Amino acid sequence: MRDYPGTRQTFIEMDTIPENGKGIPVDHNKIVAEKVSAFFGKVQAIRDIQINIPENSIVAIIGPSGCGKSTFLRSINRMHELIHGTRVTGKILLDGEDVYSLDPVLIRKKIGMVFQKPNPFPTMSIFDNVAAGLRMGGTHDRKNIAEVVERSLQQAALWSEVKDSLSKSGVGLSGGQQQRLCIARALAVNPEVLLMDEPASALDPIATAKIEELLFELKKRYTIVIVTHNMQQAARVSDYTAFFYMGELIEYDITKKIFTAPSIKQTEDYVTGRFG
Amino acid sequence: MKEPKRLKRMDNYRFHFRKLTSLFMFTLCGVSVLIALVPLILIFYRTVAFGFSAINWDFFTQMPKPVGESGGGLANAIVGTMILVGLGSCMSLPVGIMAGIYLAEYGNNWFGQSVRFLTDVLNGVPSIVTGVVAYTVVVLPMKHFSAYAGGVALGILMIPTITRTTEEILKTVPHSLREAALALGIPRWKTSLQIVLRTAMSGVVTGILLAVARAAGETAPLLFTALNNRFWNTSMNQPMASLTVFIYNYAVSPFDDWIAQAWAGTFVLMTLILLLSLTVRFATRNKFAGNLL
Repeated sequence: MRDYPGTRQTFIEMDTIPENGKGIPVDHNKIVAEKVSAFFGKVQAIRDIQINIPENSIVAIIGPSGCGKSTFLRSINRMHELIHGTRVTGKILLDGEDVYSLDPVLIRKKIGMVFQKPNPFPTMSIFDNVAAGLRMGGTHDRKNIAEVVERSLQQAALWSEVKDSLSKSGVGLSGGQQQRLCIARALAVNPEVLLMDEPASALDPIATAKIEELLFELKKRYTIVIVTHNMQQAARVSDYTAFFYMGELIEYDITKKIFTAPSIKQTEDYVTGRFG
Repeated sequence: MKEPKRLKRMDNYRFHFRKLTSLFMFTLCGVSVLIALVPLILIFYRTVAFGFSAINWDFFTQMPKPVGESGGGLANAIVGTMILVGLGSCMSLPVGIMAGIYLAEYGNNWFGQSVRFLTDVLNGVPSIVTGVVAYTVVVLPMKHFSAYAGGVALGILMIPTITRTTEEILKTVPHSLREAALALGIPRWKTSLQIVLRTAMSGVVTGILLAVARAAGETAPLLFTALNNRFWNTSMNQPMASLTVFIYNYAVSPFDDWIAQAWAGTFVLMTLILLLSLTVRFATRNKFAGNLL
């Protein structure tokens, strides 16, 4: 196994803070899920998920298709409830406050999301795409918006590629650029958490590598939860990995441990490719 | 050796049969298109041929002359049609577009289903019936015919078309765009108006233009609402002239110059709608979304 440059920092930190027995710090958790279940009508998609997500870390959620990874992700920023006939039970705490007791609009500002397929607004320019969240959130100060757009595009490592074509259409960019545009768009509203639902699965290896590099940078400022089908990706980018199977959280530990010495047989079978 | 050869011949036969079927169906489609186009081209040809020759400057600037006098124009009717359609649009655009947004974005319940059904019923109501409705609710209480009544009749006629086309177009906007907007913490109503509606704008505009074109071409709802007026009038409270009612009156008249003016009126009406379509399309186009919907 190679060394993980992005995770070293966290390992050093971990010596000084209390752990939950699995090497995951229990101090300054950004998100804590307590007995979270989500339903589509009568079908239960996830069951009693119990997980804590430390601040400024990258948590990867892996598991076979249909295991509820995306549903759990979408429960965190209350996107799940937008589908007709769905509901969520249990508690999801953001900095100790239950997101289901707050206004969803406020929650989604604090918890940004990047989707599997790049989805820039087709009627808007690159600049307007990034500014959309700000403008529709009530910011109209042009200078402020321009600053935030530049900063967000820089954070998303897209600024140098688009700084001369900000007024061009967002859908004219390549798939990888579009996805970074969507990341910039999410960052522009200054979230604290970034949820990524297989952000690189529609991209080629070079674009994927760029997104992964970006994640290491973003981790310094944001807490990132990433759902991925690609186990190499989970191993490369994340600090902690959660393995979901059939709607349940099977194992959650330091990424290195999950991929080298998982304590549960199902996890081992999955990460070694024996099923899934 | 024999077996593969027989198979090959069989495959060849099937291949030719498929090609022939394809050619047959293609021809069938082509012929259907031609049949559908025949009346359209005939109407267009007759209107241009008869209408264009009857058009002169007076037609746009003069009032209708009394019976027996030749010349004159339909200036009042041209303006009248614009005013009536304008009134109808003022009434139907906000209602129709907002109802369409409601149905597409929030109408997934029994109320939405009922509205959808009633809108379809309203769409199928003969236009003269909307004239009767406007007569009952506007003309009778006011005790006289007026442009308002005509506008109401046209407005009622336009609402279902605009509602349903707006809804159908908004439904074609990918769900991922709504999610993208909502995930940014944009409230739902803003998402509907500024993301979904904006993305589907060109399609919505097409629906509106269809409704406007239909309203501009209606005669029946105006007959006993706006009535007609042989004099210059821009007061909404008075009976108002319209091209369609003039066309109707002149076309069934025994005078050759009136019939010629009816053709000219038809041509002008057609050209006005064409110009309106082009202008609105040009004004509302989005430089990025040209190939979107």
